[in-house]
Amino acid sequence: MRTSECDVVVVGVGGQGVILISEIIGRAAMLAGLSVRGVETHGMAQRGGSVLNHIRVGCSYSAMISPGSADVLLAMEPAEALRYAHYLSPEGVALVNTRPVMPVTVTTGQASYPSIEEILAPLREVACEVKAMDATGLAAKAGSPQATNVVMLGALAGYLPIEEATLLQALSETVPARFLEINRKAFELGKIEVE
Amino acid sequence: MREYLLGNVAIAKGILEAGAGVVSGYPGTPSSEIVDYLAPLAREQGVHVEWSVNEKVAMEVAIGASWTGTRSAVTMKHVGLNVAADPFMTLAYLGVGGGMVVISADDPYCHSSQNEQDSRRYAAFARVPCLDPADPQEARDMTLRAFALSEEFGVPVMLRPTTRVSHARADVLVGTPTERLAGPQFEKNPARRVALPVHARPLHVELLNKQAGIEAALEKEAWNRSVVRSEVGVIASGISGLYAEEAIAGMEAEVSLLRIGTYPISRKVVGDFLEKVSRVLVVEEMDPVVEEFVEMVAKERNPDVEILGKRSGHVPGVGELDPLTVRDAIAKMMGLPPRAAPTMSPQVLSILPPRPPALCPGCSHRATYYAMRKAFGKDAVYPNDIGCYTMGVGMGTVDTCLCMGASITVGAGIRFGGEERPICAVLGDSTFLHSGLTGLLNAAYNGARMTVAILDNSITAMTGHQPHPGAGRTASGEPSPPIHLEDICRSLGAGLIETADPYDLDSTIETFKRARDHPGLSVVVAKRACVISDIRSGVRRPRLKVDEEKCGGCKVCVKFGCPAIEFDGKVAKINALCSGCGVCAAICPQQAIEVVK
Repeated sequence: MRTSECDVVVVGVGGQGVILISEIIGRAAMLAGLSVRGVETHGMAQRGGSVLNHIRVGCSYSAMISPGSADVLLAMEPAEALRYAHYLSPEGVALVNTRPVMPVTVTTGQASYPSIEEILAPLREVACEVKAMDATGLAAKAGSPQATNVVMLGALAGYLPIEEATLLQALSETVPARFLEINRKAFELGKIEVE
Repeated sequence: MREYLLGNVAIAKGILEAGAGVVSGYPGTPSSEIVDYLAPLAREQGVHVEWSVNEKVAMEVAIGASWTGTRSAVTMKHVGLNVAADPFMTLAYLGVGGGMVVISADDPYCHSSQNEQDSRRYAAFARVPCLDPADPQEARDMTLRAFALSEEFGVPVMLRPTTRVSHARADVLVGTPTERLAGPQFEKNPARRVALPVHARPLHVELLNKQAGIEAALEKEAWNRSVVRSEVGVIASGISGLYAEEAIAGMEAEVSLLRIGTYPISRKVVGDFLEKVSRVLVVEEMDPVVEEFVEMVAKERNPDVEILGKRSGHVPGVGELDPLTVRDAIAKMMGLPPRAAPTMSPQVLSILPPRPPALCPGCSHRATYYAMRKAFGKDAVYPNDIGCYTMGVGMGTVDTCLCMGASITVGAGIRFGGEERPICAVLGDSTFLHSGLTGLLNAAYNGARMTVAILDNSITAMTGHQPHPGAGRTASGEPSPPIHLEDICRSLGAGLIETADPYDLDSTIETFKRARDHPGLSVVVAKRACVISDIRSGVRRPRLKVDEEKCGGCKVCVKFGCPAIEFDGKVAKINALCSGCGVCAAICPQQAIEVVK
């Protein structure tokens, strides 16, 4: 038996605005009258480290998603997508931003960064479907690379059991008014990218 | 009203709903957001909210407030309770006035901690009740119950969230804040408030006599609920109870479940459940607190019951649990196969570069470490401490990390133990004010020949930029006289005290050399605002770039480890993360790095 309507694992790098995605989805779920759970990475790991957040829409148990059961893996960064690919269920979808953020182990020459294809190939083996996009590029097109998280949210929108209008309402209630236009555009570009 | 709240914010709202008048704490992941949330509301809510200088101080401030009849709460992480253990243990004897809640947030898996310590043990040790929430809603509800329970029995009550409760979000039903009690006054009552032996002895008896009443009062709480479905059962505490509930629902299994949410655990509740099962799995994170209790009660109520858990190897003894681990433990008990958790092959994952947390681009700690190592060399001993700067472990200047404030004291001990090489102990400003002062005093008093470097970024950075006495303002934004670390060090007896700006690398190296050559106890205050504070307050410095003609590809700047410096195979490059500290320009042997005009 399913214990949650939709389980999303959001991964990325500290500072990429992963928590904002959780806030918007949480607010939207509440507007839609759905129970919602989330859990975030705070503290030490945030400092440029790898971050892993869970969001469960239509769930009234704990916020923790088990490996092998995420409906969607929303990756703000390609290497992080593969690092947490084991969270995906066999029917799960991976939505991946292809723009790398180099870890300090790479910039200092202790490790190398694989090609995007090397990352996506094994991901395609575990995911039912992989949709890769240059979300950072799309965000820049919308007006600011900072809106990468909202591009990814737009890409995720169709997979959530929440109406798009409700997500957009939650978006407008969450981001500062002066950035709303950029964020709406970013959302739209992300949505179109996966259609 | 229903809101999507972080667990810690749900607790904070519960504190306001309970009408508390004083809230104190020392920052520590995963507890910090409780005071972070309340501090800006302090004035409008009429509540005194403070970041205290350490957990012992915070606990004592909350105790004093409680003794005026004002409800109070104190927050800390689990290891902070070690620091506050002295007042905590005796407070249980003396008792509270207004309800007092001690919030000690545990961190299974050490997400952001130096150990996995189970605060439930402390509650039992002090013989005070402990409420163990499973999610943000329970955290808020238990906060309210804790205040009432504290007043009912005259004891402090512990609330013990874990990382996955404090940092979880959920739709939470909350009420409105209550106004704090009017006319609080400290009432003189030496027999209750003065822990002389003559008072302590009867108070200890009184505390023991309260236990049965506390157990009975908690017995009926909905957090200790059971469902009997078959002779196979699970007993699970706190968040593990929620995992077990989900696992059983997901498996559609006929398994009985008893959830435990309060301590001391009711013998009756556990005994009644044990009589209905022949095999039981005890599921909990950290210590086998419930498991040991179940073993004890089973002797009286059902000696034949088979008890599984940590001892039997069904439940891990370290780290944190999740629904799948709990599901597989239940499956194992029932003789069913595990639901194989998917794993990626190590070969696939080996292509991924590790991404450990790192010091920020432009962080002055990196520059300080670089200068320190230039002056002291790789052979010197570098006792370290708890803070962002511990992440400099890759730079060769972090040799020890034990607990808050231990850098100076451990360093002194290393000297007295016979070490002859130079010793340079390192700690941050907030850590120094937390518990480094006494260590420095001791080192000066007992003649430890060593250097102490205080990495002063004027904030408690790691836990989310909380102010401290060096910051010039309080948690609630009131101005306060900023203290000077150099003056304190002088008063404590350090011989040589110097201040350096780590962004001025050459002069910082020279400063460290003078400190190294000082024949007694020397202190270097490496002073530079946290680069994140700078960004937030609008400080912008011009970025740097590499002149590719001049760059010889020696990688000296790359090895410095700043995330803003990359290497493209031939020459170094500076990326958009650059905050303009300029330290890389100072270390480049070719003078190939310059400011972007």
